[in-house]
Parts: sequence; C-alpha cells; structure tokens
Amino acid sequence: MSPIAQRLERPSDADTIAAGIASAARFTRKHVIASIYHAGSGHPGGALSCADILACLFGAELNIWPEGAGDPQRDRFVLSKGHAAPALYAIAAHHGFCDARAALALRKLGSPFQGHPHIGDLPWVETSTGSLGQGFSVALGMALGLKLQNSTARAYALLGDGELQEGEVWEAAMCAAHHKLDNLCAIIDYNKLQSDDRNDAIMRLEPLAAKWRAFDWAVVEVDGHDIGQILAALRRASATQGRPAIIIAHTVKGKGVPYMENIPHWHGSVKLTRAQAEEALGALGAVRGEIKELLDVAG
Amino acid sequence: MSQAEAPSLIGSSGDSLREAFGKALSALADEFPKLVVLDADIAGGTGVHHFRKSHPARFLQFGIAEQNMMAAAGGLAATGLLPVVTTFAVFCLRAVEQARLSLAYARRNAKIVASHPGIDVGPDGGSAQALEDLAAFRAIPGMTVISPADPIETALATRAILEFDGPVYMRTGRSPAKRVFGDDHTFQIGKGCIVRDGSDLTIVACGVEVARALEAAETLAKENICARVVNMATIKPIDRELLSRCAQETGAMVTAEDHNIYGGLGGAVAEALAGTTPCPIEFVGVRDTFGASGEPEELAVLFGIGSGAIAQAARRVLTRKGKA
Repeated sequence: MSPIAQRLERPSDADTIAAGIASAARFTRKHVIASIYHAGSGHPGGALSCADILACLFGAELNIWPEGAGDPQRDRFVLSKGHAAPALYAIAAHHGFCDARAALALRKLGSPFQGHPHIGDLPWVETSTGSLGQGFSVALGMALGLKLQNSTARAYALLGDGELQEGEVWEAAMCAAHHKLDNLCAIIDYNKLQSDDRNDAIMRLEPLAAKWRAFDWAVVEVDGHDIGQILAALRRASATQGRPAIIIAHTVKGKGVPYMENIPHWHGSVKLTRAQAEEALGALGAVRGEIKELLDVAG
Repeated sequence: MSQAEAPSLIGSSGDSLREAFGKALSALADEFPKLVVLDADIAGGTGVHHFRKSHPARFLQFGIAEQNMMAAAGGLAATGLLPVVTTFAVFCLRAVEQARLSLAYARRNAKIVASHPGIDVGPDGGSAQALEDLAAFRAIPGMTVISPADPIETALATRAILEFDGPVYMRTGRSPAKRVFGDDHTFQIGKGCIVRDGSDLTIVACGVEVARALEAAETLAKENICARVVNMATIKPIDRELLSRCAQETGAMVTAEDHNIYGGLGGAVAEALAGTTPCPIEFVGVRDTFGASGEPEELAVLFGIGSGAIAQAARRVLTRKGKA
C-alpha cells in the first residue's frame, strides 16, 4: 500500500475493504436518487450503473485525499461520462471531498454541484466534463504529462458505453497505445443502454473487447457490480506495463432500483416524483427515517 | 530519389509568420522548461519542425486527430506543463468544442497556435482557408485571440503568450510575409499600436492586412487623404481605449482582416465602438463566402481584401463621415 493510501486510512483486510465499498455504493445510490429528486431533473440510470465502480475507485484504488486537490503526486480521476455527476458528488462526499448535504443542491442556482462536473466550481473533479469523449482525452493528456515528468501517479477515466460512439474516443485510444501510456486506465460502464434506446439499436458497439484489443489496449471484462472482480481488474490494470488498460464493466442501467433497471427512459434527464423517489430509496435499503431525511432536506 | 533531392516543403515558406513562430518557440524552449508542443502531423507546415529538431523530447505527436490533441492539451496543462497546440487554422475549427470545454471552461493555461489562416493559404483552395476561426474562438469566454502582423511581431507574441496565464488562440500565416516592424518593436497582449499616423480616418487591421493597410494609406496620401493605420494584433480583449481615441480623433474607421466580415476584427471593433464612440465604419474582409485556389495576392484582389479594396473602403467611409 502506498504512503498516500495510508493517509486515507483505508483498512487493510479484504473483507473490511469490500464491506466498506459496498456501503459506499449504497450511500452513493441513495444520494443519486435524493439529489435528482430535489433537482427535478438529472440522469439516474447511468449514475446508478456506475456506483459500484466509483465506490471501488474511491475506496481502494485512487491515491487521492480531500486535502490533496493540488498535490502533483495525486492520481487523476476524470468522470468522462459527466452526466453521472450525481454519483461522483455522492461518492466524493462519502470520502470527505465535499459536503453530502450540500451536494443535494444538485443543479440548483448558485450551487457548485452543476448538472455536469465543473473544475471551476469543484477543484477536486480534475476537469470539466459533459461533452462525451473529451474527458477521456483529458485523462490521456494527464497520463502523458505525468509520465513526461516522471511521476508515478496514474490517470483514470470512466466512460459511458454510448460515449464510445464519439470519434474522439478512438483518436484517444490510438494515441494512448502509441505513447504506451501504461499509467492510464479507462473503465467502461457498459450498461448497454443510451439516451434513446439500446446501444445496438442506436449504433452497435460490439465486438467491443476485440476493438480495444485491436487498438493494443490490455482488456479485462468484469461484472461491474461485483466488487471483488472490479478490484482485481483495477489491480491488473495497474500492473500492466507498456500499454494502457481498459476495464469493460458489464453493468445494469438503473442498478438497485427495480423499476428503472434496464429501461432506457431512466437514462434521463427525468423528474422523479416523491412516490418514485421513496420507492427507489426503499429498494436501495433506506429506512423510513432516512428516506424522510434525504427527501425533506432543504435543497 | 534521395532525401537530399526531394522537394523541400520548408524552403517554400520563406519569411512567413509560421516560420517566425516555429523559430521563436525553439529559441524560447529553454526559458520555458514546462513548454511542450503538440502536433498533428503537420510540423513542417506549422513551423514547429524547428522545435521538433531542437527539443524532441518535448515535441508530442498526436497524429491526424485534432479533437483528441486539443482536449489532451487540457490534461497536459493540468499536470503543470505548458502545452502549445499547433495545427492549421481550419483544423482548429474541428476542435472548437474541445477548446471550449477542456481548455477555456476548465481554465487551462494552454495555447493554440494556428498556421494557414485565411485566403493567405493560397493554392490549397477553399477547403483549407479558414475564414471563421477568429469568430469562433472569439466567442469562447476567457479565450484571448491574437493575430500578429509580421515575423518580428510573431516572435514577440510567441513569448507574450507563453508568459500569459490563460488560454490563447493565435494565428500565424502561411505565405512569405512583409516586414512591418523594425527590430525595436514591442508587443503587449491587449494593446493595439498606431503604425502610421493620420487624421482623416483610421484603418484598423490585423495579420497580413496591416501591410496592405499601409500600402493603402500610401495610395490615399497621394489623394491628400491622411489615413491612420492601427495594428490591432489582439482581437480579444480588444484595445477599446485606443479604438475610442481613434474614433474621436479621426471620426471614421475601416477594418481590414483576412477573415469573414462577420465575427472577426470588424465585429470586435464595431462592438467596442457602438457603446462608446460610434462612427462610420467600413468592413474589409471576405464577404461571407468561401475562398478558392490561387496565389494569395491574386485572391486578395478577387475577394476584396487587397490594398486597393482598403483604399476604396476608406474613400467610402469618408463620404459617410461627411454626412454624419
């Protein structure tokens, strides 16, 4: 374990780590629902699908800490699928980068928690995202910059599956392999759905792993809701030498909220009714008092 | 054919702004140790082949993929490096949104330097002649936009943008450029300068049009028209103070640019004066059309941005001034 990871006071035994990550993922999902309910708009489906991935990254992988926003040795995490901002705000709040209650003011006038992450409002988001494809290139630039300056820090980007339809993604894929950026790790939240319909109805992505292998990336496929698998894949990615690594995480859009799961409509941007929010929070294991606290808080 | 016998692309560029930029960048590299140069397979065209030769480890190849290059510059800047993105102006247009989000909105200290702007591109024709770049980049919040007039000013502006903290879009130029300034010239971002004084009207120009404006002023002098010529190398933020002073002192203006008449220097001048010191303005630029193949001077005449067109615009604006 690196010195910085120790600074985050992470537990050392695997079971405790996994339990902590599972708990952080539940917290994240509940706050996604609550913040989107308060906002009256937002993208729940893709925020819920990547909650376990984010919880693994923040809970065990990234060498980042709340006071280290400007530290050159920190890892860089870019949420390239910027519309999953509510999930990023929630996991970051869970780890002390921002205030969880303040983050419930998602999308509100004057709130730093914009609909898509903005570094000008929140320094720890590393870069502003919301236009698909760009965050991946920015993370590539970070990886290249870190390497040029002999830093051991790494760069990570979380991409959506629909995002892979942007040509810029494949420009970056070619570039990262050409420059042998083994300090770059991409994770695909492969929930199979995008704004209007299934990926394969809009623009087919398969054979996806073969595409990345052809671009000379180290590819691992995992169940994106299996914490053990995600952590193992992240470790494998970190150990990859001479080329960038990608984790294709098979996920379920809307994961954890049965009425949302695998239904494109919940990609967003949607308005949640009180009843829908309560049902979702209940499904996510929130007890009555907790539901009331999350939904009655002044936004 | 041996390498030595191969035709040399570089030799054809002569005393161009792109060569001045490339040489300046190379000369400044040691002074700016964080400087890295990004290229999309046209280093020979943009002038940064000099930098590639002098500082190969800091020359970053992105291949023919400008969107990725532009956004990656944001990531490089985020790690403390000073990235300079280089390509043709027309290819910067395909990465405007990357410059918007990943450079300007993310508040990165990154520079974009575009060669081959306007019909000055010449024989490559309409597809290669960016006449929209000043408008597009000027509309991005926080983006500084610069178009220097000659090789001396280009070298000075290269230093200035490296010293400046914030995103910058700077045009250079393809064709051999005329010298406007002496070795004692100074350059400051945001400041225009009077390169020829006059009292009847002011011609405000940028880039290759400054030399043409001076030729036009010479022509007008023979008609007893005394034209002031202002080099407005910084289009954004524009030198409002100088513009207002010139409007008050000369009462009429002509703007001249190798760009569409919409949204570039002319637009910036009109916007600046409208609220403070309005006066009659005539706009010299390409009149909302695309370019064509030909030599730059032939094209300048065809598209109405040559010195003759500037002089004609001056006569027109003086007629309006009299009526105002």
